[in-house]
Amino acid sequence: MKYEDFKENEYLESYVKELRENGVNIAVAKLDDLINWGRSNSVWPLTFATSCCGIEFMSLGAARYDFARFGWEVTRNSPRQADVVFCCGTIVHKMAPVLKRLYDQMAEPKYVMAFGSCAIGGGPFKKSYHTVMGVDKIIPVDVYIPGCPPRPDAMIYGMMQLARKIKMQEFFSLPKQPMVDDRHCGLDPQTPEKEPGVVTEGIAGQARNDDSKKGGDDASN
Amino acid sequence: MQVINDLLARLPFATIEQHDKEYTVIVPKEKLRETAILLRGLRVKPAMTGIEPLAPAVTDTEARVPATDTEAFATATSGFEFDYLTDIVGMDYGEELGVIYFLSPSRYPSYGLILKTSTADREKPEIDSIFDLWCAAALYEREVYDFFGIVFTGNPDMRRLFLRQDWNGYPLRKDYDANPALNPVPTNNEALADMENLPTTSIDINGERLKEHTKLFETEDYVVNFGPQHPATHGVLHLRVSLDGETIKKVDPNFGYIHRGIEKMSEAYTYPQILHLTDRLDYLSGTINCHATCLCVEKGLELEVPERAHYIRTIIDELTRIASHLLGWGCMAMDMGSITAFVYGMRDREKIMDIFEETCGGRLMANYSVIGGVMQDIHPNFQKRVKDFIPYMRKMLKEYHLLFTGNPIARGRMDGIGYLSKEHAISLGATGPTGRASGWSNDVRKIEPYAAYRHADFKEMLRTDGLTFDRYIIRLDEVEESLKILEQLIDNIPGGAYAAKTKAIIKLPEGEFRQRVEAARGEFDVYINSRGDKYPYRVKFRSPCMTLVNTLAHIAPGTKVADLIMLGGSLDYVVPCIDR
Repeated sequence: MKYEDFKENEYLESYVKELRENGVNIAVAKLDDLINWGRSNSVWPLTFATSCCGIEFMSLGAARYDFARFGWEVTRNSPRQADVVFCCGTIVHKMAPVLKRLYDQMAEPKYVMAFGSCAIGGGPFKKSYHTVMGVDKIIPVDVYIPGCPPRPDAMIYGMMQLARKIKMQEFFSLPKQPMVDDRHCGLDPQTPEKEPGVVTEGIAGQARNDDSKKGGDDASN
Repeated sequence: MQVINDLLARLPFATIEQHDKEYTVIVPKEKLRETAILLRGLRVKPAMTGIEPLAPAVTDTEARVPATDTEAFATATSGFEFDYLTDIVGMDYGEELGVIYFLSPSRYPSYGLILKTSTADREKPEIDSIFDLWCAAALYEREVYDFFGIVFTGNPDMRRLFLRQDWNGYPLRKDYDANPALNPVPTNNEALADMENLPTTSIDINGERLKEHTKLFETEDYVVNFGPQHPATHGVLHLRVSLDGETIKKVDPNFGYIHRGIEKMSEAYTYPQILHLTDRLDYLSGTINCHATCLCVEKGLELEVPERAHYIRTIIDELTRIASHLLGWGCMAMDMGSITAFVYGMRDREKIMDIFEETCGGRLMANYSVIGGVMQDIHPNFQKRVKDFIPYMRKMLKEYHLLFTGNPIARGRMDGIGYLSKEHAISLGATGPTGRASGWSNDVRKIEPYAAYRHADFKEMLRTDGLTFDRYIIRLDEVEESLKILEQLIDNIPGGAYAAKTKAIIKLPEGEFRQRVEAARGEFDVYINSRGDKYPYRVKFRSPCMTLVNTLAHIAPGTKVADLIMLGGSLDYVVPCIDR
């Protein structure tokens, strides 16, 4: 049997049609969508804050902004249980290896949000001898949230961008995290359509990179 | 004061200047220790700091002063001992390296003494240590060593304080090579051997410098790493705790995980630019820090600030203090496991954030004070909002007490734990609510009233027991006092301009300027050394939080490891304030 034949779903559609005609309520969807729906609405952040942005992160957790509405409130103190690092605050030379180790300890799939101008690119401490000019010098970043510090509203917006990104991922291919490109999400729609089954590893990897860049731009606007 | 003059008359080798209540004493570095012992008070046994005294220097002084004379003199000067070491500032004068000690008698806190010394040796600068005279001195000396490379002979712990032990160069020296290739971003964690070996320097009989290493912990000690990534450290603080069963034997704080080099950066910035960095020191009393820096620059410029600006700044400061104490209260309760209290505290803090947002334009980083006044006039709603907030907060304070203060579980974890005596609080320089909970009257708003505090009638909250519970309750009491200040000032904001006109380029005249203010956690000082340029020559911020962590290291041994969290919560330090 050829690989392409696995993509042939006509028999499924005919089953569904038959069942519906006989009065059975049935919906067909991808398991990925279901899993990502759950994953994107229950992201567990690591309580990681080095400075000022941490206070706004606390505001976010408190009554008014209340990120429990989005299912993000289970803050974990151990990186092994966390899904996302909110990198709140400046990262300095002495902290850099510590952050790297925290990131390495996290289980896949894992995400990083650069919170505030220090984490994005050094911020007001650009001229310092001891500041790392952005978290992305040490670990890959999924979403950038500008501000000094960002308002909790901006943080919520950034989190929603991450949720969007998680929804586009293919859970069963993790941890390689290739793109699901059937909706052109994160890809330029102008590029010629490719046959679904022939997306090579390289292109999938590329698509993922494009996507992370796109996500970053979205958030910074 | 006559007694201080008598005291200083014993220092024939010193150059003494007096400006009002401030004395400047310059001594050669060989005489530093002798001077320090005299100022600290001859009756004090250096062993009070818990560290063995340096034998030779002490006998030196005793030999110089006959025993009976010493006794008589000690009685005469009793009460005028300079027992509060505010800060130690390292200086690079270009040719020479120097150290400045800021001292004050705790009973007469409006008097101040500035002790200066310097060394011409830039290759191997050495100055005698005074670590055994003031508990606060050991950490301050490590800071000066870290930034300037001045070795304090006799200090048993000459590790770097903020930077990694393998850092090249001393960053606050004027000839520091800032080439990033010399100090690349490290990829490995700091070696434990570096953290545990304490380099000590002493001079042997032939004048040879001996360098030895002592171990921080015994080989059989059970050492627990607490931080740098831990929510209860209130920032990125790294405590290494050695345990005997559940009892703490020793606490070794490691700083520098958020050291951003603000003091060095300030030397390349103009004065209005520096103001933006000050808010990011202790971000919970950001407006107060900014206010202090403005006051210091205004002092140098001899600029007349409109009364309206003074009132507005004072009101904003007090709102900041309330917000900070609410967060401190909530976090301390959360450390104990009471999430509800945290949510309550943050809820009421948001009301202050709303007021800030309307008037200052920012929530956390207000950056509201500028040199000469405030950035813009208050919002039309400002007074109404503050007046609505006062009765609301009073009602909520009652609720806090009902909810948490009387809770038997909370009381069980706060009562009778973490005793800090008044003498230790002074020697450690634990200012602010921590010192006041031990009975040390140290409120700068009362000692040197600045801005509009002289128009307000308020009490300085004092307690005597110095326990965790006292440090907890005093913060809530201070919220009440702050509300009183707000009540008195809010209706009396005078009209007129909200800022004085300043030149486009602000140049401070040559000299040294210092301003003390009461931040939410204690005394915050700004020291500016100007050479008449638009950039400062040296800026130093006194961090109230560094002494608080030092306090933690002093009071934690003997308590249980679970109480360490509570002690940290009750001291309420902010780590970026320490690391600067």
